[in-house]
Amino acid sequence: MNQTIAVFKRELEAYFITPVAYVFIVIFLILNGLCTFYLGDFYERGQADLEPFFELHPWLYMLLIPAVSMRLWSEERRSGTIELLLTLPMSTTSAVIGKFLAAWAFCSVALMGTIPIWLSVNYLGEPDNTVIAAGYIGSLLMAGGFLSVGACISATTNNQVVAFTISFVVCFAFNLSGFPVVLDLFSSWTPQAVLEVISSFSFLSHFESIKKGVIDIRDIIFFGSLMTFWLYLNVVVVELKKGK
Amino acid sequence: MTSYIDVKNLSKNFEAINAVKEISLQVEQGEVLGFLGPNGAGKSTTMKMITGYLTPSSGAISIAGINILQDPISAQRHIGYLPEGAPAYGEMTTYKYLDFIASIRRIPRKDKKDRINNIIDRINLNSVANRKIEDLSKGYKRRVGLAQAIIHDPNILIMDEPTDGLDPNQKHEIRSLIREMAPKKAIIISTHILEEVDAVCTSTAIIDMGQIIFTGTPRQLAALSRYHDALNIVVKIEDAEKTKKIIGEQSDDSKVEEIYSGNEIRITAPLKNRKPCSDVIQAALSREKIVPREYFFEKGRLDQVFRDLTSSAQDSIKETP
Repeated sequence: MNQTIAVFKRELEAYFITPVAYVFIVIFLILNGLCTFYLGDFYERGQADLEPFFELHPWLYMLLIPAVSMRLWSEERRSGTIELLLTLPMSTTSAVIGKFLAAWAFCSVALMGTIPIWLSVNYLGEPDNTVIAAGYIGSLLMAGGFLSVGACISATTNNQVVAFTISFVVCFAFNLSGFPVVLDLFSSWTPQAVLEVISSFSFLSHFESIKKGVIDIRDIIFFGSLMTFWLYLNVVVVELKKGK
Repeated sequence: MTSYIDVKNLSKNFEAINAVKEISLQVEQGEVLGFLGPNGAGKSTTMKMITGYLTPSSGAISIAGINILQDPISAQRHIGYLPEGAPAYGEMTTYKYLDFIASIRRIPRKDKKDRINNIIDRINLNSVANRKIEDLSKGYKRRVGLAQAIIHDPNILIMDEPTDGLDPNQKHEIRSLIREMAPKKAIIISTHILEEVDAVCTSTAIIDMGQIIFTGTPRQLAALSRYHDALNIVVKIEDAEKTKKIIGEQSDDSKVEEIYSGNEIRITAPLKNRKPCSDVIQAALSREKIVPREYFFEKGRLDQVFRDLTSSAQDSIKETP
């Protein structure tokens, strides 16, 4: 536990020591603003809620989360520090969890930067703040889901660009898995049941109800088990690479 | 008493390549094992397995009596490891980095500060304690790596080329540190620098093509040299012929070597029998009134032994298709 905290602290500090953190947060906030006010027609809708704000989060995350997760393990492999990390008396699981939580905490900080939008909407009208709070929780869960995917993929390579690209594609697939683009690939040769499983992996549909203020336990279980699965896979990848 | 490090029949295959073949080693407390070999011989691979970074293809590794394959975490508590090139988190300051390692090593919070300051003093890191590691010189980076490896005062210290790429002063410092720690620990250092063996090691193992081809003390290694106990004599050039004749009677002619420099000649000759032959030579020299500038017996030339041992193995590999 203490070791996980040590890894967490180190990793979180590493984000803020380098300019990566500031660049990321600024870009995240600018894109959020652009998406909300222009693409989302925030004012024109004339409604006091943050739906247009949350609407685009899955797409923003798909692009930006791989940038947060790409360095987690591939940087350790590139610089050789992985040899140090894995020869310290600590379980791989502690390291995996510490790193993941650091990245997640970092995303939370970035997301907290959007609080002014929440304040404006309260200033302009009378929104249902529980719906907005639910939206934030859903958004964080989704960020965690994308991060766990990115962390695992980062462990497979020593190249951050490769980690970013593959993570981006996988996140894209998770977003689109309820859409014909992905489903058509499978529809001709897989049974209906499998198709339904694939489409149930869509982040979009799980986020859909949360952002409307409905926190369904199934959606929470979905994101929770998704993170557990990918982090477990992350541990397996790190352990397997020891045999190579 | 069980050995601190006990490696039995260790092998590692990468795809089709046998990087390490059936290596066995024991290192006891107070011993400094010099792990020698050409680049790519399997030194690093072996050390990575002993420290639990790589999983062996076969064989057993026991660290202070603990099987590292079954209980890596308990075994790793006993080990301090300096990987090749001393990798570290460059964006951290020296102090924060050591603090991170100390936390992972479960050094209690109340002792941590003292322990870190102690190490910083001991390894002379005071001037760089608050600087980022990536901005440090190679020598300092290596020292930070060493500090990290000994912060928990381990029984076992494994260092992969600890002095590689350092200047002579830095090499000397690192070696003094190793010698100072040696009595209480079991240490393995890998190197391809032979002077290091003389400087710090109590025993050596030479590895080539993944196999151990020699184990013994540095003295035994030197004794393999054809220059071991060879007479080394320097005389004026006008005395060269007479001296050569005297020495030639006590030595095998084909092995005598001569090097001219200025108006002197250096003759290196393995004698048939050290003490009696030397007496005969000295008597003959004084009879001829020849006063040698230098007159001593070599311990043996490590670099020549090293070359002979490792290049012969390479030749025999080439011959087999």
